Amino acid sequence: MTKYTDQGKQDTRSGYGAGMTELGRTNPNVVALCADLVGSLKIETFIAENPERFFQVGIAEANMMGIAAGLTIGGKIPFASSFANFATGRVYDQIRQSIAYSDKNVKICASHAGLTLGEDGATHQILEDIGLMKMLPGMTVINPCDFNQTKAATIAIAEHHGPVYLRFGRPKVANFTPVDQKFEIGKAVMLNEGTDVTIIATGHLVWEALLAAESLENQGISAEVINIHTIKPLDEKAILDSVKKTGCVVTAEEHNYLGGLGESVARTLTMHHPVPQEFVATYDTFGESGTPEQLMEKYGLNNKAIEKAVLRVLKRI
Amino acid sequence: MPNTEELQDLVVQVRRDILRMVHKVNSGHPGGSLGCTEFFVALYNEIMDLKEGFDMDGKDEDLFFLSNGHISPVFYSVLARRGYFPVEELDTFRLIDSRLQGHPTTHEGLPGIRVASGSLGQGMSVAIGAALAKKLNGDDHLVFSLHGDGELQEGQNWEAIMYAAGNKVDNLIATVDRNGQQIDGATEEVLPLGDVADKFRAFGWDVMHIENGNDLDQVIAGLKEAKSRTGKGKPVCIVMTTEMGNGVDFMMHTHAWHGKAPNDEQLANALSQNPETLGDY
Repeated sequence: MTKYTDQGKQDTRSGYGAGMTELGRTNPNVVALCADLVGSLKIETFIAENPERFFQVGIAEANMMGIAAGLTIGGKIPFASSFANFATGRVYDQIRQSIAYSDKNVKICASHAGLTLGEDGATHQILEDIGLMKMLPGMTVINPCDFNQTKAATIAIAEHHGPVYLRFGRPKVANFTPVDQKFEIGKAVMLNEGTDVTIIATGHLVWEALLAAESLENQGISAEVINIHTIKPLDEKAILDSVKKTGCVVTAEEHNYLGGLGESVARTLTMHHPVPQEFVATYDTFGESGTPEQLMEKYGLNNKAIEKAVLRVLKRI
Repeated sequence: MPNTEELQDLVVQVRRDILRMVHKVNSGHPGGSLGCTEFFVALYNEIMDLKEGFDMDGKDEDLFFLSNGHISPVFYSVLARRGYFPVEELDTFRLIDSRLQGHPTTHEGLPGIRVASGSLGQGMSVAIGAALAKKLNGDDHLVFSLHGDGELQEGQNWEAIMYAAGNKVDNLIATVDRNGQQIDGATEEVLPLGDVADKFRAFGWDVMHIENGNDLDQVIAGLKEAKSRTGKGKPVCIVMTTEMGNGVDFMMHTHAWHGKAPNDEQLANALSQNPETLGDY
């Protein structure tokens, strides 16, 4: 099995901050907006180096999305950031009308996605955001897996014309992808080739999928692991090529099984190559307070849950 | 610049366009459109500094954003008669495959439109963003916006109003169409707005009035006055009193024609009150 090394745990939101720092230095059209969460979004360096290109909107996310849409008129590339709940569900209609339907080049950058912000509980967690955003016509949806990939994705979306939802998180997780990676929107990353089962993971669950694959290998099961950082547009070819080889699939994401990556994969399979699928996801529930590790354990979102799902799906072939 | 008499002819012609557009498809919003006809005609033909042609970025020209998108008929008519697209295209309003959607959109590529509006309360935020982009670009042109009074019931407006004053967005002129009517009745009965001017002033705006928004001379003078107040550290608000349905006697003094089209007989009556000036499309 391909060996991946954790270069040292880091939070993906800091990858966003690092990407913004670089964009601040390289792309004069990039501007940043934030709704009273500068410290949480790790954009202090961008602000310090480019104070005229930062807009603090206060606790007013609807206004932030509208201002971001307006800033594109005049050629700016706004990165509007908040927690994932406040950057999607709270302002869905603003995103829908002023950004998506208006074809505006706004990058919606959302931290604290999923359960793993932990102790704040369900009001600050969101497990529906991928579904909300992927339903919007023209919206690109990206959920990178670690610090390096989040930084690369942040830089890449500035070059992509059109609305983007970039989703990342708070906990420190393994940083294992190459520091100098080229981030291609819509292109899946093959992490481990295998023959018995395909594990398709996104975000924080990608590292957990690699841990699961290692454990499965010790049980004589060869798992192919694919990192889907772009949920929309979905790399259907990569998925289909893999399942034609393995014949079954487990999807893994920090999101509701309704509306997430798993459903997008299921639709792809149903249309082109139906095979058994198991979903590692939350099951139509809100989150709750707890440590990130406790929550991932309780809601079945870690390597052990992936491993169990693989054993289940193999029985269905 | 055209003289006032020519603009008055345009006002009457735009009213005819509005009435014929909504009549043909038996839908749309004539009331607010008729009430804001003088404002649109003045803005696009006397007030704004506009480039030839249309590009989305709108650098080095004044910009306008319509927040209360349901009054699209007046917007479309004035844009067409200003040369943004063929006047004949007004005949496609609300029809399948038309660029003239029920509410304005960029989605069909209609020149003159820079953001979709219809879901209310979003336009001021967008106008602020465009005004901030102008400042970043060193472009000293202005951004105008129009808002319905009933629309101010949407909370996003007050986020935007607070932001614009707090951040000295002084290249923005936001006009509130104070016609006192909304779909369900008078604004003061549906959800009282109180003194709109006082509210903007309390948030830190420079506020002025156009007492009769259906008097072309007053509208032009008011908009010129508003321009002279820009660049002084405060966003400018115009509270403009208008009569919904203005120019058609049976459509005035009621909210009944907010979103209702005239029938054949009513159209003939309304058009007879607004005789053709520049030629129907």
